[in-house]
Amino acid sequence: MLLLPQLVIVTVFFLWPAAEAVQSSFYLEDPFGFGATFVGFDNFVDTVTSTDYGRVARFTAVFTFFVTFLSLGIALLLAVKADKVLRGGSSYKTLLMWVYAVAPPVAGLIGVMLFDQHVGPIVEFFALFGWEMQIGVDYFDTSFAMTVTAVWKQVPVNFIFFLSGLQGISKSVQEAASIDCRSSFRRFWTVTFPLLAPTGFFLLIINITYAFFDTFGIVDIIVKQEPGNNPVTLVYKVFLDGFRGNDLGGSSAQSVILMVLVFILTVVQFRLIERRVHYT
Amino acid sequence: MRKVQILDHVILLLGVFFMVTPVALAFMTSTHDAITIYKEGIQFLPGDKFLENYETVLFRAGGFTKEVDGFVMLMNSMILGFGFAIGKIIISMIAAYAIVYFRFPMATFCFWIIFATLLLPLEVRILPSYEIVQSLGLVNTYTGLIVPLIASATGTFFFRQFFMSVPDELLEAARIDGAGPWKFFKDILVPLSQTMIAAIFIIMFVYGWNQYLWPTLITTEESLFTLVRGIKQIMQVWVGAQIPALNEAMALAILAIVPPVLIVVIFQSWFVKGLVESDK
Repeated sequence: MLLLPQLVIVTVFFLWPAAEAVQSSFYLEDPFGFGATFVGFDNFVDTVTSTDYGRVARFTAVFTFFVTFLSLGIALLLAVKADKVLRGGSSYKTLLMWVYAVAPPVAGLIGVMLFDQHVGPIVEFFALFGWEMQIGVDYFDTSFAMTVTAVWKQVPVNFIFFLSGLQGISKSVQEAASIDCRSSFRRFWTVTFPLLAPTGFFLLIINITYAFFDTFGIVDIIVKQEPGNNPVTLVYKVFLDGFRGNDLGGSSAQSVILMVLVFILTVVQFRLIERRVHYT
Repeated sequence: MRKVQILDHVILLLGVFFMVTPVALAFMTSTHDAITIYKEGIQFLPGDKFLENYETVLFRAGGFTKEVDGFVMLMNSMILGFGFAIGKIIISMIAAYAIVYFRFPMATFCFWIIFATLLLPLEVRILPSYEIVQSLGLVNTYTGLIVPLIASATGTFFFRQFFMSVPDELLEAARIDGAGPWKFFKDILVPLSQTMIAAIFIIMFVYGWNQYLWPTLITTEESLFTLVRGIKQIMQVWVGAQIPALNEAMALAILAIVPPVLIVVIFQSWFVKGLVESDK
């Protein structure tokens, strides 16, 4: 009975929509709501074979790859250094993590300003090297701006997790390692890095999910709601086709594909957590 | 040794520079007038239009209907942030209490239904969710804005883990002393979980405050706009304008950034705890 509030909310706002998405992915719906025709897997076939979808999927994959690895790499480097310095560690920590609280679209807005063609300092900076950036016009430049903004937004989360992971490594292990091995670089790769691996795997999943879903705000602001020829992510395409294109079946089919993807990711994540609990 | 330390600090300072500069520039921009920025590019030093710009943004109605000003949006953001965080904590605590301490038929089934929601972010099931909220007549209401966001089970999962770590002896002692289930919950579990509640409150507040896609769909009436939602409006004005009002846009962005950042920085230790524990 105590579960009732949560169950009601989950059913109404979660199970019902999910079921509806699965259902309408098999139908070709009239945009004005005058009924639907059962079309089986046609929506999926149409979606997967369309060149547009392929292009968006490729961009999402590349985007996810860069966002994940850059933000993990930068965060790891900073966390290792922040863990090591004797003085000012906590101020660095604060200064590096507060960006967590900045909303993705706000990050996108600041990104738009910094990459603006007339006034953006980053554009001016790269112009010194002869790179004329055209955000919103040039495919590559827009992807670059999106990636930088998304990485900027994600570094703090990774930093916090890596730092708390590093601080969880016991002092005795570190001392033993520093007696056995003088090179701090080698010590990092052979002792610290493996001990951080569970955190790293976990963050990998988190980051992939982030690049897929939470970057919606950044993408939406940077393309200025004019997708045209610009790079967009798969989630953004679900939104576009559903709300702008009125292609309910196709949008739902894409939702279902994403649901399956997230499902796989989550299963992997639970597996990893179970393993981690097992060993500690 | 000394040299290594200096290098560490240099790397950390670079990291801080990377994280802080964009927002600092946004703030500098918000203190100039639009024409200066348009003529001379982004300013790196504070200007003299600070009060003027913020006053305009906060109290002069803008948008299409000229009904909404920054102050209203600020209030709406507060309502969304607090409503979401408080609602989520209450509902998920009650549900977790039921799952951990009561044996009842279908318990495992309910458990799985709730945890299935962890699998699918809102973005994936956005279109059907919107249709359902619409058919319930909740578009442009605070209920429609807040309640569907509560559907995911992160909070329940978090409290479940915590309740399971509470020793059974406490429950037995309470029972011997004649405390009923409600008294046990109110006088023992709630006080015990105080820091947990604080930690999760911060995470949820920031999460609610930063919501973008859902408010964009649900609120079409400007009097219900949140600050983050307002960003989209800024972009639309921006695209059409001759001289974009970058200064006011950035003033609004800063307004959207400051409250969650303050909360994260002030309650830093709770925040880190909440983040690291809740995502496990």
